[in-house]
Amino acid sequence: MNELVFFINKGILAGAIIGSIYALGAIGVTLIFGILRFAHFAHGDMMTLGAFIAYVLAAALAAAGFAGPLPIAMMVLPIVMILTAGISIGIDRTFYQPLRRSGAKGIVLVMASIGVTLMLQGLIRLFAGPSSRELYFNEPKDIFRIEVPGANQMITVTEPQLALFIVTLISVIALHYFLSRSRLGKAMRAVSDNPSLAQVTGISIETVVRATWIIGGGLAALAGTMLALDVSLKPDLSFNILLPIFAATIVGGIGQPYGAIAGGFVVGYAETLAVFNWSVLLRPIARWTDNAFEVPASLAIVPTDYKLMVPFVLLILILIYRPTGIFKGRVL
Amino acid sequence: MSLLEIRNLHAGYGQMTILKGIDMTLEAGEIGVIVGPNGAGKSTTLKAIFGMLNITEGSIHFDGHDITGISPEKLAAHKIAMVPQEHNVFATLTVHENLEMGAYTRRDDYSRVMDEVYEIFPPLKDKRRQAAGELSGGQRQMVAFGRALMIEPKLILLDEPTAGLSPMYMSEIFDRVIAINKLGVTVAMVEQNAKQALAIAHKGFVLANGQNSYTDTGRALLDNPEVAKSFLGG
Repeated sequence: MNELVFFINKGILAGAIIGSIYALGAIGVTLIFGILRFAHFAHGDMMTLGAFIAYVLAAALAAAGFAGPLPIAMMVLPIVMILTAGISIGIDRTFYQPLRRSGAKGIVLVMASIGVTLMLQGLIRLFAGPSSRELYFNEPKDIFRIEVPGANQMITVTEPQLALFIVTLISVIALHYFLSRSRLGKAMRAVSDNPSLAQVTGISIETVVRATWIIGGGLAALAGTMLALDVSLKPDLSFNILLPIFAATIVGGIGQPYGAIAGGFVVGYAETLAVFNWSVLLRPIARWTDNAFEVPASLAIVPTDYKLMVPFVLLILILIYRPTGIFKGRVL
Repeated sequence: MSLLEIRNLHAGYGQMTILKGIDMTLEAGEIGVIVGPNGAGKSTTLKAIFGMLNITEGSIHFDGHDITGISPEKLAAHKIAMVPQEHNVFATLTVHENLEMGAYTRRDDYSRVMDEVYEIFPPLKDKRRQAAGELSGGQRQMVAFGRALMIEPKLILLDEPTAGLSPMYMSEIFDRVIAINKLGVTVAMVEQNAKQALAIAHKGFVLANGQNSYTDTGRALLDNPEVAKSFLGG
């Protein structure tokens, strides 16, 4: 039973955690691609930015002696999301909108977003330095343990991980209702489907663009803060997360929000299960069969250090064999 | 005053001028049909009315308002709707959502108009939960018309509504155009099938090289031997 608990902790839960982060990021990337028709490379840094804003707010409140039932960084999340959404709109107005107006091609906007990435990274390092930080300020990081009969190990979930599952679930459900029920949500799908017809129909493209940045920026801030709470806040957080998020977007089908969610979990699990040490699960089988075969000490598909390779391989395979992704998105 | 008045319109894409002095007037309740050879500027005229082109000279007045060079998304407020020739439905949205998007600019209760549209196009009612992209060409055209009708337009612009449809659907489409016109909607239509289209037109405009060559009633143009010889294939 211990082996099974280990698998639940290191396989199923770990995959769900990183999958949630990827899904929240990929939703933004896919919406931005659907509406604005370019791959937004600065998305990872919007996550870092969100986490950084959460850090600053929480540090200020902690210094003022504020305390509450949840970690401060979690309680300020709504404000963090609003601020990040506002900054995203500001970035769009300053950099992307003028390019759009002048009729620039998608690739020009991609380059501009790489510029924005470098700028954001520089700014964050300028104010915070290159060191990594904790988003917990002398607050206890609760750990929830579930006992499993017959095992002396326990299923463990930390507070930020549990919170991440909850906010991901809420976000996905809210997004679904927004896109399928609300007037603006349907207009977003209409613009993504056929921008010129949307314009002829009287849908204000700029309103839809703004909504896209609000959702994309808000979810990026959410994912970044939750990730920083779970691990720690590093200025180069975005660098390791951008590739898996793009892989998730493409695996799910570009421009497909539901695909992005699925893609996020597919990439998250692929990564987690590829570095999982399968010997752990083979050992009990070997025991039952009286050691009919020898179990190697480590049997991971990919060494942990090469984890980032997994989304890359997945990305290449999808691009070759099913370029539209799971949910029939656009082709790059 | 006429509902639509186009005077000496010069327009084109970027630097390229395609329309070189188009004049056109439509009274409320009329069907106006624009015909002419390829490259005459038929679709371009519709697009110019809809603010999708660079207008360099001339004016477009609608219902007493100057709408020259207005941006397309503002035209719904003037109750002008357009059905483009291609890609004229939101393929991934359901039929019902397509109609809802047609009413995007409306903040009032439009359920009555929705019912009317389903009444004019009965097949759509059964398929209202289906993605518009899954429908047949003729039904997609109904969705496109229905979407345009949702603002209860005074003027509807149709860009080659029968393009790519089988002859069987063609007469059906013309019947729909007449039905829409009977609702009191003024129609401006570009058509390749000039004879059939002029037969239902109150007014016809024959364009060539970005200019008017003949303007008359639909009937008179059909009977005009010169028009018949040069534009209607004898």
